[in-house]
Amino acid sequence: MSTPVLAADSIAPEEKTSGSRRPRFGSTVLKLLLDNRKAAVGAAILIAFALIGIFAPQIANYDPKAFVGRPHQPPSSEFWFGTDGSGKDVFSQAVWGTRISYGTGAMVGISVTFIGVVVGIAAGYFGGRIDDILSLITNVFLIIPGLPLIVVLAAFLPAGFLTIYWVLTVTGWAWGARVLRSQTLSLREKDFVGSAIVSGESSARIMFREILPNMLSISVAGMFGAVTYAIGAQAGLEFLGLGDPSNISWGTSLYWAQNNSSLLVGAWWTFIPAGLSIALLAFALSMINYAIDEVTNPRLRSQRDTQAALRKVKQRLGSSRATPVIRKHGER
Amino acid sequence: MQTGEQAKTPLGQLDTDEIVMDVRHLTKRFPVGGLFSQSKVHALDDVSFTLPRGKIVTLVGESGSGKSTTARVLARLIQPTSGQILYNGRDIVREEPRKASLQYRSEVQMVFQDPFGSLNPAHPIRYSLERPLKIHKKARSRGEISDRIDELLTTVGLEPPGEVAAKFPYQLSGGQRQRVAFARALAVDPKVMLADEPVSMLDVSIRIGVLNLMERLSKERGISFLYITHDIASARYIGDQTNVMYAGRMVESAESVELIDEPAHPYTKLLLSAVPNPKAGLKVNELTARGEIPSLLDPPPGCPFAPRCPFAMPVCRETMPGISVIGPQHWVRCHLFPQPAESGG
Amino acid sequence: MVTAGASTSRDATGEALLQVDDLHVEYAGPHGAVRAVDGVSFAIRPGEVVGLAGESGSGKSTIAQAILRILQPPAIITGGRVHFNGRDVLEMSDRELEDFRWEEVSMVFQSAMNSLNPVTTIGDQIVDAILAHERISRKTATGRARELLNIVGIEEGRINDYPHQLSGGMRQRAVIAIALALNPPLMIMDEPTTALDVVVQKEIMSQIAELKERLGFSILFITHDISLLVEISDTIAIMYAGQIVEMAAARTLFERPLHPYTQGLMSSFPALTGERKRLTGIPGSPPNLIHPPSGCRFHPRCPHRFKPCDSVVPPFTEVEPDHWVACHLHTWQGER
Repeated sequence: MSTPVLAADSIAPEEKTSGSRRPRFGSTVLKLLLDNRKAAVGAAILIAFALIGIFAPQIANYDPKAFVGRPHQPPSSEFWFGTDGSGKDVFSQAVWGTRISYGTGAMVGISVTFIGVVVGIAAGYFGGRIDDILSLITNVFLIIPGLPLIVVLAAFLPAGFLTIYWVLTVTGWAWGARVLRSQTLSLREKDFVGSAIVSGESSARIMFREILPNMLSISVAGMFGAVTYAIGAQAGLEFLGLGDPSNISWGTSLYWAQNNSSLLVGAWWTFIPAGLSIALLAFALSMINYAIDEVTNPRLRSQRDTQAALRKVKQRLGSSRATPVIRKHGER
Repeated sequence: MQTGEQAKTPLGQLDTDEIVMDVRHLTKRFPVGGLFSQSKVHALDDVSFTLPRGKIVTLVGESGSGKSTTARVLARLIQPTSGQILYNGRDIVREEPRKASLQYRSEVQMVFQDPFGSLNPAHPIRYSLERPLKIHKKARSRGEISDRIDELLTTVGLEPPGEVAAKFPYQLSGGQRQRVAFARALAVDPKVMLADEPVSMLDVSIRIGVLNLMERLSKERGISFLYITHDIASARYIGDQTNVMYAGRMVESAESVELIDEPAHPYTKLLLSAVPNPKAGLKVNELTARGEIPSLLDPPPGCPFAPRCPFAMPVCRETMPGISVIGPQHWVRCHLFPQPAESGG
Repeated sequence: MVTAGASTSRDATGEALLQVDDLHVEYAGPHGAVRAVDGVSFAIRPGEVVGLAGESGSGKSTIAQAILRILQPPAIITGGRVHFNGRDVLEMSDRELEDFRWEEVSMVFQSAMNSLNPVTTIGDQIVDAILAHERISRKTATGRARELLNIVGIEEGRINDYPHQLSGGMRQRAVIAIALALNPPLMIMDEPTTALDVVVQKEIMSQIAELKERLGFSILFITHDISLLVEISDTIAIMYAGQIVEMAAARTLFERPLHPYTQGLMSSFPALTGERKRLTGIPGSPPNLIHPPSGCRFHPRCPHRFKPCDSVVPPFTEVEPDHWVACHLHTWQGER
């Protein structure tokens, strides 16, 4: 049943009335993201953290690995976030920790998305034998319980953020691949793919220039989700001691806080900054995901637009579920 | 110039038109069910027809008739199970078994039914038109490409071409998108265009424009069209030869006007009686049969129309009728007519 | 656009069952409101079949859903009156609408597969419709459901079938059965046969005509295919860009279409008989409904436009008995 919004079909471009609208992707994505408060907040936080990581040497007050004061001192003007159980400046640790935590998380997110895209699209597009093999591999990696595998791998391999990167990537790509494979399966049946084939396009071009652009939103959303997951998982692994404790990252801060019994002595400032940073970053990524949802799901966007348009007319829709009657044209 | 071997159309006589495409005994079965199932959907069964140069041949049928499958097989989107496609005399399926050659793709093009699905929503019109030009090297420099695109859009009636090329599909109406689809197919200078229900999803008042466009392209450029539709009136409007399909089989073929004036097959008659015709006045036609299209899954032997046919005889449920020629350009597969000497036609 | 004198029911005998006056429906949007229905008036009498024909963007489906008030925002009814048996539908509360829908007016939608619940048997769907309105036992309701299946031409034994087990035509019959469940005096049918093959379409149309004869309900039949309306309608209204441009008895409309759009539509159907001549259809595209053309909305595409057409809105006028048209060719009094 159609509640026809009379979209593209009736908005004929031949008269100058509609003008040439901005193309949907690219610049409009940017515009929409900026229009959207959630996205703006999320983007601001992400950029802020990135800057903190890049300019860590300038921002941090001390060398994060150096013993600079008495252990477990509360926040003061000298040590903004206090000192940890080894007498190191917590603020500097938090700032420098951004590099590994955020950086590794981002790298994992990008890698996982890249692998997922390639495997998913190839499996979905080629079908047949190739699909069987790729799906088998994907399913194997999906079924293997993630956390135990991560822990086992991290325990055997040399400690450090690189290991964590590999481990998280290897265990994290399968889900995205599965999702993209099913998207590809449905997009493959569309006539524009048929047209491309009949025009003589090569398979590679069809996969990456015809199908992928239509899956951009879900891939990008998946990527942000993967980064969120990676940042959290990395911190978790480091907290368990599977990272290299001599690295400076949020997770190792938490590890040391636990090891040095900071909780027992009531030194909340040793783990709050790290925890809060992780939470803030995850929050920011989720906000961006909301915005992407709106960009890709026209219905969500049109709901927002309707509310906005109605607000202009100073009308409010009642709570009735029936079609609202708001008289603009006079009674006769 | 005749095709390689003397073209023997199902009529068994030489066609004086030059035959561009000769389809013989095309069959397509789709396996269904799991690993252990032997069931097959008989989408196409022993379909034969020809496409003369510069003419419009229509395939008329309802859902399940196999008309779209035919187009997809000829467009090499699906592999036939058996049968031959002779293009300019060459047995295409034998020569290019796995993948169609670029040569074939530059000569045989397709327009799809759904104007909302046949253009990639992520790309502007320009991109969709550029690709075939670049792939088949029809234009090199950016200027040439741009000129060609403008030319194509103007040919299909979309003005001003520069503006239209910059738009995205969602900014165009259904009729305009369909014209773009034709422009894209034209980009490679094809000899054959397969049009799979190109106007079914368009508004009624827009359809005629697009049909007229097809006819013009055919006459002016000598392109052979295979026009697939369920609307037999439009088949008469632009088709030179009309073929009627039912449940995967071709049951009748005739010159378009003659098919409608003198239908032979009971299904053709049924189809004609069901067409609402405003000009025929308000009397209600009586349908000449009831029932629905049969399942194509492992169909029983014999004529697929037998269960619904008011004239069905015992032989109809046993063997598929052969081809009976009942006029110049007019044949039918029905036991009501004298069967050919050898079985199978 | 305003009709002179509201009511368009033509003769004094029989109160209008449904009276729509100057209905306006808009879709709020970021670029401005889309005026989907802009001043539409018509009436349906008991036992009458009114056909509403139009292409995409004409507003015909919007009207149907507005009458039942099932449109959801961004759609808003912005003006006019809808009276059913004297009661104003636009003023009804949710509770009253619940009774109104299906007991007084029911609807058959275009795609049966979209309106049938795939995980419930068709029998249950009919029964549920009945039980939502009447306090009777499930057993009694099931008995009624069997009768309804009979009436629409489905074997009773299929009452426990799921929609996917039925063919396309059967499914559409099931949808009709559900719509008939409470014996409403008016049924709205929105493109009920569009998704069906032509032979099945014919059967369903015959079935509908037969049901109408037998049970006596009125029908508002909405379609883009004018040729269907011939056989079933008493009156036909042609819609364009949210307005009715011509309305007359079915036969009259076919023999003497007055509005250039109607004429254009008629000339868009290739004939099955007679000489093969080239048709022209209607050039151009449907108009922008956010900023519709000034004056007569059809004027940019009209082969007969003249002086007043691009500035003055043509009034919907009865130019012959029971033949209404909104076109300056037939109503313009000023100089040409």
